[in-house]
Amino acid sequence: MAFASIHIPDFMVQAIVRSEIALRDRAVVIVDGTPPLWNVVAGNERALQAGIELGMAKSQAAQFNTVQIRHRSPAQEKVAHTALLDLGWSFSPRMEDTAPDTVVLDLAGLSALLGSDEHIAKKLAKCASDFGFVARIAVSEKIEAAILASRGFSGISFIASGEEAKRLASLPVRALLPSLEILETLERWGVDTCEKLAALPVLQLSERLGQEGVHLHKLARGDCSRSLVLAEPSLFFEEEMELEDAVEELESLSFLLGRLLDRLCERLVARSLATRVVRLQFELERSFDKDLQLFPPSNRQKSVSRQYEKLLTLPVPVRDSKLLLKLVRLRLQSDPPPAAIVKIILSAEPDKTRTVQGELFLPPSPEPEKLELTIARLGNLVGEANVGSPQLMDTHRPGEIRMKKFLQARAGSEISRKEKNKFIKKNHEESRIRKPTNGFRIFRPGLPARVEVRDGCPVRIFFRGMRGNVVTASGPWRTSGDWWQEEPWHQDEWDLEIDFAISVKRDKHISHAKQRGVYLVYYDVIHESWFFRGMYD
Amino acid sequence: MRANLTTLRSNVELALAGRVVTPFSYRDRKLVETVSTGISEIDSLAGGFPRGGLTEICGPPCSGRTTVLLSVLASRTADAESCALIDGRDAFDPHTAAAAGVELKQLLWVRCRNLDQALRATDLLIQAGGFGFIALDLSDIAPETVRHVPLNAWFRFRRAVEDTPTVLVVLEQESNAKTCASLVLQMDSESARWSTTVETQGARFSQYTHAYLLDGAQVQPQLLHSRMQSINAAHLLDRTVAIRTSTGTSLGTSVRTSVGIRNAGDVKSFQTETVWSHLDSLPSDQKPK
Repeated sequence: MAFASIHIPDFMVQAIVRSEIALRDRAVVIVDGTPPLWNVVAGNERALQAGIELGMAKSQAAQFNTVQIRHRSPAQEKVAHTALLDLGWSFSPRMEDTAPDTVVLDLAGLSALLGSDEHIAKKLAKCASDFGFVARIAVSEKIEAAILASRGFSGISFIASGEEAKRLASLPVRALLPSLEILETLERWGVDTCEKLAALPVLQLSERLGQEGVHLHKLARGDCSRSLVLAEPSLFFEEEMELEDAVEELESLSFLLGRLLDRLCERLVARSLATRVVRLQFELERSFDKDLQLFPPSNRQKSVSRQYEKLLTLPVPVRDSKLLLKLVRLRLQSDPPPAAIVKIILSAEPDKTRTVQGELFLPPSPEPEKLELTIARLGNLVGEANVGSPQLMDTHRPGEIRMKKFLQARAGSEISRKEKNKFIKKNHEESRIRKPTNGFRIFRPGLPARVEVRDGCPVRIFFRGMRGNVVTASGPWRTSGDWWQEEPWHQDEWDLEIDFAISVKRDKHISHAKQRGVYLVYYDVIHESWFFRGMYD
Repeated sequence: MRANLTTLRSNVELALAGRVVTPFSYRDRKLVETVSTGISEIDSLAGGFPRGGLTEICGPPCSGRTTVLLSVLASRTADAESCALIDGRDAFDPHTAAAAGVELKQLLWVRCRNLDQALRATDLLIQAGGFGFIALDLSDIAPETVRHVPLNAWFRFRRAVEDTPTVLVVLEQESNAKTCASLVLQMDSESARWSTTVETQGARFSQYTHAYLLDGAQVQPQLLHSRMQSINAAHLLDRTVAIRTSTGTSLGTSVRTSVGIRNAGDVKSFQTETVWSHLDSLPSDQKPK
């Protein structure tokens, strides 16, 4: 039974570099503390080679021109840790969450699926690279030996059974993470490597250093065995980025969002999942002057924390970062944030991937992803409220409808087949019996008209600069309702066949003609006015 | 003489090489699949609406254009096809549509405010692909405005739907797509039909307005132009293509080609029926008690 330990060296640095790819090949230090006392708490190898020391003040570190200084970000570290867990779970469900920068996988049973241990280790390293990490991998039959090797040696390490002490011999004692007191004692004794510690007699060591000394001795010999503490798999997909400078332009923002979505989708792919809901949260720049002008004194406190949130709901599970980026961009174009952005949080609700295959004999329909993108583009063009499927309302109020999201019938499902058969049957039966339904076109909103009434019946109409004589009238048909609400209606409807005298201008000649049509005209009793509702066409 | 003809023919072919693949052979018109409009009179007049082609339905207000649109929408949605309606002036009435048998769940309705939006939306929907039926309704936009739509816009639409199963229909007051349209129907209607419960001879109708009901109308579609050959009724005729040279020599060749079976100017008529209560269109479980 073998275990693989994945360790992310300089975790604090890598958590930052992961979201800022430009820093990957540069010397980076992380500072932390209470302003103005910022101290260097971590740095990558390049920074240390440049002369940076841990504990150095920020002002001292700033004197190194080649070194990039970043503030510690617990949020980014949390996201990086979650990504590391996803990396582990993408290979095996049996995983230990050893430390924020280290996880241990049980490789038992994976050989049939992924090949030899060496092959798995290489795959782990590649996958870690895809996740934005430079990882150290160590494979051993002993958990602790694997952890120590991954922390101590770069690249991929294999420790054969029984060779643990030999391989760990060159590791410094510091790698065993002893307490400060014991570390000082060992240094005083001249014991600086695992080999020297392993050579010490156990009995005498326990007399001088106690149980911790014995434990360290076992670790140094690679003889410490324990069972794996399994981590509970979680489905938390969130990426976060704090920006040093506030972003105002959509192009710059798209670049950052694209990177975060790439990371998010990589994690979803690694877990064989997709998403139907993407939540986009922005923390906006606090512009106090503007706030003071915009908000009354009572609300000024509220205006200080400014958040912007958008929810992207998809009809089908998606894990294509490019598609998601286009949708997010369109959403932001139609409703941009009111201020510059200083922090981005992107989270995805995981869902199972789409497995349904379209039926061969069903009529063609738009691809769900492409359709979603098209609807988003249409929404951007004409407004989101103006795109969708109409839905009739349970009311007598004329023209009352609601727009709902256009969703395709579930292709291949039993329901769609039944529905299709029902429609075809209904349609064919009705078309045999019925004549085509008279079309009706609505004027939204109703167009005002001037109407001459004789004996209670409209006889002449003035509308859009035209005059029309009523040829036939049918009505009045009185409707009213919602009198118990703020917006009641009370109308007398008429179907009027009207002869309009129109002027037709063509090739600089104006000719006069008559145009006859049937219109629905109503008298609004509440507003005491006549309106055209629409025409029969 | 024959040698001269052969030389002349090869010279013409050489001169046109790279521009015309086979200058002396006639390229057959494509046989197109058509779909039923749901109105038998229009089906027999035009052979249905062509897939992969642009159909224009034009006519003045109240001429029956919307009636045809609703009928086709009902027919397409009944076949479980995804349909889209780009409404140039937000004039679509879902209640009447539902009463006409349109399955609203399968209809994507884009409510535009102007011509520019409508054209852009049409472009987006055609490019998205997969829709069985796309209707661009410009009926309420002034013909002077629609006339200014550049011809390349129509050409672009025609090219975009070509070789796809999409039926693209444009409703307008005048035909504007010219040769880009596969089928042009001119709509016209006669006087409306009214039913009454009283004898009105000699009496003014205004005394009995409550006794009148709008029954429907008589609609007359006229085939203005058709350049399609229905896949269901292909008529192959012998036809001679002749090229006359400057010396008066005829380079004749006999080919078999398909020609249209419809005659421009044909007129049919059908009657429509008015839906009385918009609430009739509601499913029975949703009707107000």
